[in-house]
Amino acid sequence: MNNAVKLTLSWMLVGIPLLWGVYVTLLNALKLFR
Amino acid sequence: MKNDFLDRSHSIAGPGFSRWLVPPAALCIHLCIGQAYALSVFNKPLSQAIGITAPAPGDWSIPALGWIFSIAIVFLGLSAAFGGKWVEDVGPRKAMFAAALFFCGGLFIGSAGVQLHQLWLLYLGYGVIGGIGLGIGYISPVSTLVKWFPDRPGLATGTAIMGFGGGALIGAPLAVALMKFYSTPTSTGAAPTLATMGAIYLCFMLIGAFMVRIPAAGWKPAGYVAPTASVGLVTTENVLVSSAVRTPQFYLLWAMLFLNVTAGIGVLGQASLMIQEMFPFRFPHDTTAATAASAAAAAGFVGLLSLFNMGGRIFWASTSDFIGRKMTYAIFFLLGAILYACVPGAGHAGNLALFIVLYLVILTMYGGGFATIPAYLRDLFGMVNVGAIHGRLLTAWSAAGIAGPVLVNYIRQYELDHGVAKADAYSITMYVMAALLVVGFICNLMVRPVDSQHHLTNAEVIIDGVA
Repeated sequence: MNNAVKLTLSWMLVGIPLLWGVYVTLLNALKLFR
Repeated sequence: MKNDFLDRSHSIAGPGFSRWLVPPAALCIHLCIGQAYALSVFNKPLSQAIGITAPAPGDWSIPALGWIFSIAIVFLGLSAAFGGKWVEDVGPRKAMFAAALFFCGGLFIGSAGVQLHQLWLLYLGYGVIGGIGLGIGYISPVSTLVKWFPDRPGLATGTAIMGFGGGALIGAPLAVALMKFYSTPTSTGAAPTLATMGAIYLCFMLIGAFMVRIPAAGWKPAGYVAPTASVGLVTTENVLVSSAVRTPQFYLLWAMLFLNVTAGIGVLGQASLMIQEMFPFRFPHDTTAATAASAAAAAGFVGLLSLFNMGGRIFWASTSDFIGRKMTYAIFFLLGAILYACVPGAGHAGNLALFIVLYLVILTMYGGGFATIPAYLRDLFGMVNVGAIHGRLLTAWSAAGIAGPVLVNYIRQYELDHGVAKADAYSITMYVMAALLVVGFICNLMVRPVDSQHHLTNAEVIIDGVA
């Protein structure tokens, strides 16, 4: 496996859960402005 | 047992290895252990584990449950302090592996504690054993990242420590979703949730341990020219951890971290209550529905704070690579003191938007303080023992984890006992926190380069085995 594939996979591994966490947090934060 | 694969010598990167694979390995650890910041989502279900829908006789109280987090933070500091040298000696892979076993083992034991309704098992599992995993896991990638990114140590360590802040953003909704999935009319679902999270986190942390690599001796980034002489606070020398703790610089940085975290934890812990009591017109409690909506909005505010806490870690740590560590901390303390002192005014003026903005900027600097300190240590003490020295410094976090909430709660209670209105009871607290930051500013001003008598000779660096 070359470095580009490794980099993509490893950053996706940590990036997807983190983005999901950010998304859910922002959804909840919207309640503050309603 | 033979465990060569975990040894330092088996994690040396081969030719062509990209250093950008190391931050995701570090994030695998920090995103998991950062779950500790989201432990409060278990407060309600654990406080009604018997009653299910409401607390019943025999259920645990919230203050009793609060000790789980406090014990975990104390053991984080202790294990980082006493395990730092071991982490440097064995290398990041074995340290990450150990962190995974401790942290996830703590979650499994905690799960058993909930199932058997034995609070001491939660204290032992999540608090003591999980806390050891937190400490070892927190420091395990720091030294490695500094060595891979000698040109951008702030960015590298900031990325990993950002993960600790981000861990709460994942841990909280994950726990809520799992408890919803596992809950039944006779169970809150907290026990299987803790066990499931332990299993998921174990996989993630082990992937991180297997991904991590250390640079080969003499490796440096393409095009990077290492400085040949110390410039300002940034040294080209190295200091042993046993020597570092005998320098005034170590204690000045200890005090700076302690003061920044005390102030941050102090306001973070009461953020939800504070916004509701300072803006009663925006957070009404006159009906059950209004109370629920206010609590949800306040929880959204706390979530937003977590987001800025995380963002501040990467922003300020990477900025420090350009403006310097001393300047970065000067901004934290000076701007922080001004912002803390402005919060009561925003409350009295009824300016909710300003109040939120002030709080968000404060939280970026709280997170930034954590994320920038490893690079500050590397500047002052060199890169060879930075992980171990960082571990010792984290005792400041443990101390602040106790001092911050105690200080804030004591001041607030004192105010209320003396007839101060709820909405005004926070003013003194914020001014005290601002004063703490002014003390931190003075400590930062006093930081000077480490005396040359503490520097290792080249021969000593090589003997130490980490050249």
